[in-house]
Amino acid sequence: MNKFADFIARNQYSHMIILAVLLLVILPLSMDIFRLNLVGKYLTYAFVALGLVLCWGYGGILSLGQGVFFGLGGYCMAMFLKLEASSPENTAIQSTPGIPDFMDWNQLTELPWFWEPFHSFGFTLFAVIAVPAVFAFIIAVAMFKRRVGGVYFAIITQAVAAILTILIIGQQGYTGGVNGITDLRTLHGWDIRTDEAKYILYYINALLLFICLFVAAFVIKSKLGRLLVAMRESEERVRFSGYDVSGFKIFIFCLAAAISAIGGAMFTLQVGFMSPTFVGIVPSIEMVIFCALGGRLSILGAVYGTLLVNWAKTSFSESFPELWLFAMGALFIGVVMAFPNGLAGIYQRYIEPLLLKLSKKDDSPSAPTPAAKDASSDKADNNEETLTSEERKHA
Amino acid sequence: MLESTKSIPAKDFVLSVEGLTVSFDGFKAVNDLSLYVEEQEIRVIIGPNGAGKTTVLDLICGRTKATEGSIKFKGKELTKLNEHQIVHAGVGRKFQNPSIYEDLTVFENLELSFPRGRNVWGALFFRRDKEVVDKVKEIADMIFLGDKLDTSADLLSHGQKQWLEIGMLLIQDPELLMLDEPVAGMSVSERKQTADLLHRITKDRSVLVIEHDMQFVADIADRVTVLHQGKVLSEGSMDRVQSDPKVVEVYLGH
Repeated sequence: MNKFADFIARNQYSHMIILAVLLLVILPLSMDIFRLNLVGKYLTYAFVALGLVLCWGYGGILSLGQGVFFGLGGYCMAMFLKLEASSPENTAIQSTPGIPDFMDWNQLTELPWFWEPFHSFGFTLFAVIAVPAVFAFIIAVAMFKRRVGGVYFAIITQAVAAILTILIIGQQGYTGGVNGITDLRTLHGWDIRTDEAKYILYYINALLLFICLFVAAFVIKSKLGRLLVAMRESEERVRFSGYDVSGFKIFIFCLAAAISAIGGAMFTLQVGFMSPTFVGIVPSIEMVIFCALGGRLSILGAVYGTLLVNWAKTSFSESFPELWLFAMGALFIGVVMAFPNGLAGIYQRYIEPLLLKLSKKDDSPSAPTPAAKDASSDKADNNEETLTSEERKHA
Repeated sequence: MLESTKSIPAKDFVLSVEGLTVSFDGFKAVNDLSLYVEEQEIRVIIGPNGAGKTTVLDLICGRTKATEGSIKFKGKELTKLNEHQIVHAGVGRKFQNPSIYEDLTVFENLELSFPRGRNVWGALFFRRDKEVVDKVKEIADMIFLGDKLDTSADLLSHGQKQWLEIGMLLIQDPELLMLDEPVAGMSVSERKQTADLLHRITKDRSVLVIEHDMQFVADIADRVTVLHQGKVLSEGSMDRVQSDPKVVEVYLGH
């Protein structure tokens, strides 16, 4: 036990390794494919929560419209899969064979121009990241260059989420309307609906999540990460230290959007459809709740928060469907009031000191001190440290 | 009282402010103000509350946009530039209340102010190399915080926070340093240390200081400018200004 505690407390990668073991070994071994697929779906939300840790937790930019980017990524992937599923042979009974079924129902007789490039898988992969990132860039430039921030920015992102939902629902012939893009079957001839495919997609999803986690960790540990913290505290001072604040905000917002979009694309692949219900205000706010519960300053906390809330949602709403929303609301308010840094904050304050105590018991006195504030030139685990100082501030 | 009547060499002005006016809803906080600062000069701006002292600094550093007039720094027009461009041009500004990053350590505070990696990619791939560490340590020693590098900035005393902010400016190595009440809230011994610090750091740059503490002003100033209602009331050596009847009337004499 002490060895284990020692490992967790000392090794800077231990938390990442534990998450990897959980996601890559324990869950796949202990669950049937139905449940595992469900976990895979939840993990796609974790991408969004991770993006929120970067732009909200560190950058102080609260976006209530992250569903937009999740949705755009998902729609890009869905368009490719839909085109493949709508081969002329499969759609021979339509009045215009070779176009998606919902277009045919809406009296469209040819594929709209913006659907054309999605015949190519390479372009689709590019678009999954590029479309949401460019969209985020436009919003960010328009807002941050004018120094719009805080609540105003949150409201505007929420409005964008609402507008995009309305647009998608309204343009039924081009987007599949309120049903979304459904009946997706194969990826380059590979049937994504089989159990085997679901396993593979689960692992691809987990792998991509880890890549995003590493990217996020890299950004947080870089000087840019410290600048984000500095900007959150005193934007003016950053400006007078010679930085163009808006550039950094635009960057982190676009990065968060791109990460969310990867989640969206993986959602489409694993669940087999994409619809406007994942774009609008409600999912966007749910994502913020996942992030807040997990701890908005912890990239791993975002993953655990997402998994826990969704697990609770599934089990709770199976028995009391009408009570779930109230429960989630109460949970959110409770956590934010009592533990502003979420689960990660609780872990940092109560569990980590315990582990350190355990690990120190049988150890030489030369052990490094826990509050590693002393080694500023070796700020490897910056993420945890920033959290502790944030904790102290709130305490 | 210290005599500060340095002979003024006939050099080009580092900073020349001409006809500067800013109007907030009709109220002219600064009204047709002209001010010239020479190289390596320590200029102190004094004046009663509401005279527009802080506004002048705000205008120079780009925090407030001028309604009329021009601000030339080494021949470069500043009124058209953004805050960070003005910093890049070589103007540093210290605020009245210590404005530092409380969540970061002293080291990190200084490091963020180090003039490298100031764009997104530069910041992302910024490396804490020997040059940065050495410079940070050098500055930290200069501002009396050499043994506090790893202290979180929110644990510093008020005076130490003021020094840290001065240090954050020094590491940028600006040619014009603007300080808004650098000794406000400091103890007597801290004031002495700060005056000493200012003397050392002003060797190779021009400094513009706002200060109320007359003893401190007399200690550091080459020349003094008195502002009143957004205009220059008097200008010259401390002695001259103090004996100017107009100044005595509005400010010193109460």
